[in-house]
Amino acid sequence: MKNRPAPERLREQLVKRYPAKVAKKRLGQIVVNTKDASGAVPEIKANTRTSPGIITQRGCCYAGCKGVVLGPTRDIINLVHGPIGCSFYAWLTRRNQTRPETPDADNFMTYCFSTDLRDEDIVFGGEKKLRQAIQEAYDLFHPKAIGVFATCPVGLIGDDIHAVAREMKEKLGGCNVFAFSCEGYKGVSQSAGHHIANNQLFKHVIGLNDEPPAGRFKITLLGEYNIGGDAFIIEEMLAACGITLVATLSGNSTIAQFERAHTADVNCVMCHRSINYVADMIEKKYGVPWFKVNFIGANATAKSLRRIAAFFDDPQLTQTVEAYITEQLAQVHAVAADVRTRCEGKTAMLFVGGSRAHHYQELFAEIGMKTLAAGYEFAHRDDYEGRRVLSSIKVDADSRNIEELDVQPDPEKYRPRISPEEMAARGLPHQDYAGMMPEMEDNTLVIDDISEHETQELLHTWRPDVFCAGIKEKYGVQKNGIPCKQLHSYDYGGPYAGFKGAINFYREIDRMINATVWKMITPPWRQNGTPHLEAEYVRS
Amino acid sequence: MALLRHTSSVIAERHALTINPAKTCQPVGAMYAALGIHACLPHSHGSQGCCAYHRSTLTRHYKEPVMAATSSFTEGAAVFGGQANLLQAIETIFTTYNPELIAVHTTCLSETIGDDLVQIIAKAREEGKIPHGKRVIHANTPSYAGSHVTGFSNMVKAMVTYLAEPARQRVRRINLVPGWVEPADIRELKRILAMLQIDATVFPDTSGVLDGPQTGSFAMFPPGGVTCEQLVKTGANSLTMAIGPTASHAAALALDAKCKVPFETVELPLGLRATDTFVQTLAARAMVEIPPALEEERGRLVDVMSDMHQYFYRKRVALWGDPDQLVALTGFLCDLDMLPVYIVTGTPDPTFEDRIACAMQGRVPGAKVRQGPCADMFLLHQWIKQEPVDVLIGNTYGKYIARDENIPFVRYGFPILDRVGHAYFPSLGYYGGLRLLEKILDAILDHKDRTSPEESFELVL
Repeated sequence: MKNRPAPERLREQLVKRYPAKVAKKRLGQIVVNTKDASGAVPEIKANTRTSPGIITQRGCCYAGCKGVVLGPTRDIINLVHGPIGCSFYAWLTRRNQTRPETPDADNFMTYCFSTDLRDEDIVFGGEKKLRQAIQEAYDLFHPKAIGVFATCPVGLIGDDIHAVAREMKEKLGGCNVFAFSCEGYKGVSQSAGHHIANNQLFKHVIGLNDEPPAGRFKITLLGEYNIGGDAFIIEEMLAACGITLVATLSGNSTIAQFERAHTADVNCVMCHRSINYVADMIEKKYGVPWFKVNFIGANATAKSLRRIAAFFDDPQLTQTVEAYITEQLAQVHAVAADVRTRCEGKTAMLFVGGSRAHHYQELFAEIGMKTLAAGYEFAHRDDYEGRRVLSSIKVDADSRNIEELDVQPDPEKYRPRISPEEMAARGLPHQDYAGMMPEMEDNTLVIDDISEHETQELLHTWRPDVFCAGIKEKYGVQKNGIPCKQLHSYDYGGPYAGFKGAINFYREIDRMINATVWKMITPPWRQNGTPHLEAEYVRS
Repeated sequence: MALLRHTSSVIAERHALTINPAKTCQPVGAMYAALGIHACLPHSHGSQGCCAYHRSTLTRHYKEPVMAATSSFTEGAAVFGGQANLLQAIETIFTTYNPELIAVHTTCLSETIGDDLVQIIAKAREEGKIPHGKRVIHANTPSYAGSHVTGFSNMVKAMVTYLAEPARQRVRRINLVPGWVEPADIRELKRILAMLQIDATVFPDTSGVLDGPQTGSFAMFPPGGVTCEQLVKTGANSLTMAIGPTASHAAALALDAKCKVPFETVELPLGLRATDTFVQTLAARAMVEIPPALEEERGRLVDVMSDMHQYFYRKRVALWGDPDQLVALTGFLCDLDMLPVYIVTGTPDPTFEDRIACAMQGRVPGAKVRQGPCADMFLLHQWIKQEPVDVLIGNTYGKYIARDENIPFVRYGFPILDRVGHAYFPSLGYYGGLRLLEKILDAILDHKDRTSPEESFELVL
């Protein structure tokens, strides 16, 4: 590529315009990737506060709690306690699809519930209104559960939403009411909200029902949100292989699933960032082990299905899984081969979320595309460098107030399934996640919490063939004539999980990169070599 | 099977629970208004979530880049105040992005903790964080008061209180405050002004900002928008025309108070009657003739209204959205002999029922009109379940009701997240009225074609 600065030079170029202190901070979050002999990668600063004014992708704690983790559960009424905006902006704006079991089964996903706090509530407190709103919601809908979510003003005005929740739970009887102190200013990003959601679910919901569903080879899927129907694909795959899905946190889920989530024999973690907390806590309390899976990418999907089969160590299951993989991969390879002819050698960048920026690199690799640069929006150092660095991570002041639950083995229910040694023997990475950077090439650029300025610089200098990010970045990228694939919302497409999803993704990238319109941006009269006629009208 | 399966036709009074709101909060309105200033970067003084959500909604509505910065409050700032955050933001923004102006709006967080924006901005200037010739303005936009329209109004007013300067010499130019309308509507208003040969400063002006072309090159600050210089000179102009009272009246009032510019506030020129009022008021105050070309446009609108009257006549309509749009639309629908029977706005406005009554002129007895607390789309849907309507007109959230109840649906208002066109084709003026008629007819006639028995499936309509 002509005039393409080398990664170290680009790194310095990216921060040149900033005030000195901001530049210094950003340099810690922009890393040129290398892997040493032991597989270790450079340290990257992550999960720290964003510089004000820099134009970040990040959102807030409330979004991570209500929007991400609790949002996809269809039969809980999610009541937002605050001014109207927070609930409005989280109203159906996340594509977590759901499939109620019957036409009459509870489904509140299309509804938006708010206490619409106003002036007088801010001044005099909103507890009375919250109490009444919970009562009105119960009287209207008789839901199985009501979740209450705090927004920025709530902590400041001193509303005790937990006390109100406890009181109403007792009063209503038969309706679980619990609250989340997920005020938007907590932590430094959506990540704080994930953690708070995990804590409260573990405290109030998970473990309420010890009766596992019928079926063999029971797993719980953690950190899968059914964006664009991803979970539907995974459910189909697991069913085809005879694996019983006890619960998904939280794509296409119900509260009943959460209550019995701990009755699986193993927990499979998709999105490490948002759900690792619950995975660890379930293991500590109930003895259910967890390992990382990844259903993004055909090879990754095959590997994950094999891991699950290895855990159960049952010859019949192993055989079924292998046959399924073989059949599916044949279809995938046919499409990949075709798409490769148009995408081989092209380049991608991915800056999004806390998991997808890593795993979608696999899908690109499967059609011969190289990842030049990647980074997360709100992930932590372990998501970049791997869980091996967990003990060296210092929790800073912004995140120190996020509760870490003290979990002990349950005296009756703790039942370890297999030992860590046996897990290792079966090739299962117990409680492990290798992180994104060890799987990226040397001299790629890794950038945490990328800013708009850095995004535009990357586009102008390294000009990728596709840039993956979110809605706020999409059109600013595309105005440069470069397609932008939204990896939060999938551009209202998908699913992209599993084998079928991989095929969808290949075709979608093929469409984006090779769309005819990209070649038509420059008007013909501005193109080189086009004769340009000028004349003056002369009156005869 | 239903998308909104928990909505029953039995209406219970609600006092605390809002379900499916017909409004959102102030800051997004302030952000949209600020984007109507040339080379302006809007700034959200609050948690990161606010800015992210507001940018996302505007982006989904326009399919355009929406640039804005945030103070990124953490818990510490919530306790000790956001001054340090805003000071750092101002420095970083000018250094990195170099806008002409930063328009700061507050959020419920910064309002609740009582940050003094005037003092913080003054401190920024003291500390040299605002380069010479650049400006920082602010508006107080707490999310727990009013609605998104209030936020828009507050930011437009701030443009006046900060920038407009009184002048000794009056200039033969008018100010037009267009209200919360689309870039296409602003282009249409400018076109009408040009036909009337009236020189005008339109502010805010999002045309050329949020309806930009694909040129292969991203411009952080697109060419459109009213300039600071033009805003300064609004104080010297002869008249302010404020259209859409809820959105624009406050700015007109402020310009009168600060710079003695007289004003007229009229309803949005949407539909025949309201456009007539707008044109006549303008022409009278500017002392210009209404040109034949504009009269011909009016005639074309009247022509379609009469040609297609049978499809409008006595059709029951449910509307929701913002007061200015709803009032003007109600008037238009009544002049078509349609029946706007259910009208809901979540924006608190004690004058709303009166304005609607004025627009209806008594032609819709038994109409249900609601504004403010618990005036939401859940209630609207319940009314529809009790007694159905023939057409729905409102923002994208109406599609769930439309699908469940199989009602023709016309997208209008904010936000429209699932179709294009609203940014590029006007709904104001006679020409915009024509387009609105086309959309309403398309919805009604598509529905008719889909549901007619084969024997009465018509070739000509």
